[in-house]
Amino acid sequence: MIRRAAALALIAALGALLLPLLLGYHPDEALNLTACYYAERTAADLGAANIVTAIVVTYRGLDTLGEVTVLFLSAAVVGLVLARGRTATTGGRPRLPAGELLTTGSRLLAPLIMLLGIYIFVNGHLTPGGGFQGGAVIASGVLLLLLAEPGRRLGHRVIALVESLSGLAYVAIGVAGLVYAGGFLDNRILPIGTLGELASAGAIPVIYSLIGLKVGAEFSSMLANLSETEEL
Amino acid sequence: MAWITPALTVLLAAAMIGAALVAVLGRSLPIAILAAGLVSLLASVLFLVLASPDVAMTEAAIGSGLTTFLFFFVLGRVRGGEHD
Repeated sequence: MIRRAAALALIAALGALLLPLLLGYHPDEALNLTACYYAERTAADLGAANIVTAIVVTYRGLDTLGEVTVLFLSAAVVGLVLARGRTATTGGRPRLPAGELLTTGSRLLAPLIMLLGIYIFVNGHLTPGGGFQGGAVIASGVLLLLLAEPGRRLGHRVIALVESLSGLAYVAIGVAGLVYAGGFLDNRILPIGTLGELASAGAIPVIYSLIGLKVGAEFSSMLANLSETEEL
Repeated sequence: MAWITPALTVLLAAAMIGAALVAVLGRSLPIAILAAGLVSLLASVLFLVLASPDVAMTEAAIGSGLTTFLFFFVLGRVRGGEHD
């Protein structure tokens, strides 16, 4: 009873805190100063058709590097925590095989899902989406493979290699921007090209593809660790 | 056609609250997980309606895709020691 009353009081206090925000809300009629700068200068300065991508990869590139690092740390912690419960080889009780529908469907769908993920991050500077979205889509394809064949073991060495190589190349491109262009993670180390083409916007497609591979490998390793753990 | 975006927004928000109530109050864990995934899916549609496709893609792929399956993985592992 007391716990319920405390919870209700907490919710009421939270509502009282948020109410002035809601009452004082006026939708913006025009873009504010920062948004105006990005909207006007992105196409001319960086050559990226998708402004969100330009902000994520170049203007706020350092934040994205931090995000990728946080994701890497969480994947590493998941692997560390689950390492004790992992079975040595194929021991433990045998898994139930997946149904016919799932096995056949995954053969058709998994390559298509992976292709969609790669499409999303390669076209990150032109269309909505990018490295994080594409990486998550690739990991969903890996998840489908894991569900279709529960006994199969993924190549952890391959995943680790892709993950660390793309991370290393990401930082290397950032340092190259420091040397050859305006600053860390500046995309103008490669020619800007014409707006709207696949090979445009300097290093943005390269960086976003690397982020996509890295995020996909991290999510895949997390899922593989979870599915290979017998007992928690 | 100016009314269509607010109407759709209110509709989606109401559906999200309904799904969230099912997730919190429901008795069965798998249905609660599916309802939580539905909240994410509706949120991603809401982001799309509010003209932010980048956020919508992230929400759909991670929020309603991977997280739902992650919960099912864990649910399958901890079934033995279920308390409530």
